[in-house]
Order: sequence, then C-alpha cells, then structure tokens
Amino acid sequence: MTSVLYDAPGPVARRREHLGSLVGAGLLLVLLAAGVWWGAREGLFAADRWDVLYDPPKNQTAADVWQSMVIRGLGATLRAAAVAAPLALVLGLALAVWRTTRHAVVRAPAVVVIELFRGLPVLLMMFFGLLALGLDAFQAVVFGLVVYNMAIIAEILRAGLASLPKGQTEAAYAIGLSRSQTLFTILLPQAVRTMLPSLIAQLVVLLKDSSLGFIVGYPELLKSMQNNAQFFGNRYFIALFLVGAGVYLVINLTLSWVARWISRRSARSGGTADDAALNEVQIAQNAPGGRPL
Amino acid sequence: MNVITDNLDAYVAGFVVTLQLTLLAAAASMALGLVLAALRVSPIRVLRAVSATYVEVVRNTPLTLVFFFIVFVAPQLGNLPPIDFGTTALLALSLYTAAFVAEAVRSGINSVGVGQAEAARAVGLTFGQTLREVVLPQAVRTVIPPLINVFIALTKNTSVAAGFGVVELMGTGRRLGVVNAADGEWVLIGVAIFYLLITIPLGLVAGAVERKVAFSR
Repeated sequence: MTSVLYDAPGPVARRREHLGSLVGAGLLLVLLAAGVWWGAREGLFAADRWDVLYDPPKNQTAADVWQSMVIRGLGATLRAAAVAAPLALVLGLALAVWRTTRHAVVRAPAVVVIELFRGLPVLLMMFFGLLALGLDAFQAVVFGLVVYNMAIIAEILRAGLASLPKGQTEAAYAIGLSRSQTLFTILLPQAVRTMLPSLIAQLVVLLKDSSLGFIVGYPELLKSMQNNAQFFGNRYFIALFLVGAGVYLVINLTLSWVARWISRRSARSGGTADDAALNEVQIAQNAPGGRPL
Repeated sequence: MNVITDNLDAYVAGFVVTLQLTLLAAAASMALGLVLAALRVSPIRVLRAVSATYVEVVRNTPLTLVFFFIVFVAPQLGNLPPIDFGTTALLALSLYTAAFVAEAVRSGINSVGVGQAEAARAVGLTFGQTLREVVLPQAVRTVIPPLINVFIALTKNTSVAAGFGVVELMGTGRRLGVVNAADGEWVLIGVAIFYLLITIPLGLVAGAVERKVAFSR
C-alpha cells in the first residue's frame, strides 16, 4: 500500500499489520455469523421468502416475475436514462459554448441557467414538469433529468476548458483560426477528452436519479419491486430488493470502472500522473457536490 | 404569485424541516464519514476493505433505493422497532452522505504530496506530529471545498424525503401544488427560491474558500 502516512513497513510492522488483519477479519466473521444466526432465527433463508424468484405462488411463473422486473422495470429506467442522457449532453455542450461568449450581457443567461439548475433538487424539477407543465410521468422524469444534468455537464465542460494551457488558444490564433474554429477544433475536443471520466461519472448520477421516478409515479425498477411485493406478499421484499439493488450496482459499478479505466489510460498516454490524480479528485467532486449524490 | 405570499407560513415550516434534516444529517454523516475515511487510510487491510466496499456500494446506489430499503425492506428482516418518517429520512440521508464525505476526506489526505510526510519523518517528527503539523493542515484546505459541495448535494437530497412521508420543503410544495393546481408553477418557484436560499450561499462560500486556500504545489 502506498500512503502518505507511513513508510514501507519493516518486518515488525508487517507482523503487527498481519496480526491486526487477522483480528479484524475475525471480528468481521463474528459479525457476519451473528447476522446469519439472526436471519436464520427470523426464517429469512426459508424457501417461502425466496421462491418468488424461481417458483412464485398465485399461479405465476418465474418468467412473469423476471419479465416485470427486468423488461418492464429496468426497461423503463433505462428508457428514461437513454432519452435524457443524449439531450443533457447536447444541451450541456450548447450551454458551455454559450458561456464562452465574449460579452458579459450575452453570456449572462447561460450563467444564470447553469447556476440556477445546479442549485435545485432534481425531484423539484420533475414535479415542476408534472404539476406546472402538465407533462406525463415519463416526460416529467426526462425533463427533470435533462434540466439538471445539462447544467452539471456545462459546468464540467467549463472546468475542462479552463484546465487547458493558455498556449493552445494562443497557438490557434497565431495560425489564423477564428474564435469559433479555435473553440470547436482545438479547445473543446481536448476539454471533452480530459473530462471524459467526469462525464461518465455524471451518467452514473443520471441513472441513479432516474429512480426518483418512483416518487413522481413513473413505473420504473423500484416501482416494479414494490408492485411484485404487494402482489405476492411483503415477505418477498428482501428477495426482490436484492435483485433490484444488484441490477443498479452492476450497471453503475461497470460505468464507474470504465470512467476510472479511461482516466488511468489517458494518464499513461500523454498526460502525467498528476492528471490522473486531478481527474479522480474531479470525479469525487463532481459526483456529490457539483453533485453526484 | 399571490400563492407564495398567501402560504408563506407553510413554506417557512417546510423550510425549517429541510434545514433541520440537512443539519442533523450533515453532523451524523460527517461523524460516520470521518470514521470511514480513517478506516480507509488505516494500515489494517480488512478495515480498508470494509470501508472501501461501503463507499463503493453506497456511491453507486440511488438514494431512493436507500429510503426504499429502510421503509419497505428492513421491516421484513425481523422484529425491529418501528421508526417514524423523520428518523427514516435522517438515517437514509446520513448513511448515504457518509460515503461521499469519506471519499472527499480520503482524496484530500491523498492529495498531500508523499514527499511532505517523508520529509516530516526524515526530520524526526513522530507519527502524531507528522499528522498534526504537516499532513492534516494541508489536507483540510483541499477537503473543505468538496466537503461543502457534498453538503450542498445533501441539502438537495433532503427533497427525496418528500417521497417517503416527510413534509419538508418539497413535500410542502407538492401539497400546495395539488391544492392550487392552477398556480402550480408559482408554488414550485416558491419552493425553488427557498432551496436556492441555502444552496447558492453555500456554493459561493465553497468558491471563496477554494480561491482563498488555493496554493501551488
């Protein structure tokens, strides 16, 4: 392990760490065992808690259950995300370009839009679509996701443009490119490349936020978990939840892993190790605050 | 427009609930997040793994799913004492935000150059001195702006509690919006103003701190 805090351990420290790891692992096992014991006592592992996944009651087949979860539930989640993501990217790009204009008066609306929507909950914008604009649930979910994420994406691209060395612009002007040529052929391609990990991290956020559809009445993955549990009985909530949570984790962890892989790769080719560290900090920052919560 | 001034009491009541949720969840997630971050940089492998797993799993889980778990799934785990909506929201928001706090703190500690700590040890400072005099003062500067951003996100995330029985700002807006359907947009613009009252000043503080503590390495 490389850490700021310690030197490479010598034999004594290594033995101590080894001992500590053993004790820690022991404690963890004890905790797990206690959990399993509790679960067994409450009958959590009995077949009647899980058979909804392979042999459901009420004359339904397992295929029905999986279809309602994966095809209808996850399908609806992915559909909302798949419509919202490209729109948010395009509008975010447009806002980022708008924000680079020279005159403060022209630039102001873009700045206001970005700052405004960055500071508001996604759920509020979904309700705005639903209650104020009269959209249906699907449109309201997409509206909320697009409006919020375009502001964040514009902000990510702005940070990417700001991180480029000044010489890039100067060189482009020196060879006679116009302002827009400089922006579109020199600066933006580099900004997008530097910020690719942050942009992918933002897609994870978008996908996570699509679950807010549950609250505004869009029948997505969480809703299909709830529907199945209400139909088959609340005792199946655990099994159904594990499927739903597993689906989210698999998709999001894959996307996060791709983001990290890209940032490592771009660090190796051309960039420096500092870029990779910078990217990681940016992913961390964009995720929660600028927000990826 | 009148709908906002007419229902100012309801707005303020909702705003207070949102503020309470935000502050309490911020304190709880800060405590849990610091523990997680400490585990994450500890020399014991198992503890590092536990903390890393928690952070990775929670960061990739929707907050709605955390609420969903506490409200619908946890009661099926056995005879647990029932908890009210407010406590549920507090629990979900704290467990969720702690992962982001831990990540911000960890990247702050790691952003301090390795040479700094090596030099500190080379001049004979103890572990405690190294941490207190060299690493943490530098780490805190890098950590504060992202941490403020985490809490801005937390403020916005408290709105999810509206979907699970808490009448905070968003929940208030939803109720008023249904009652005054004709003025739906004004009701929600009122809600937006109250959220911006928290998030924009916090954002300005984060930016100011960032500029103030910016230093070249």
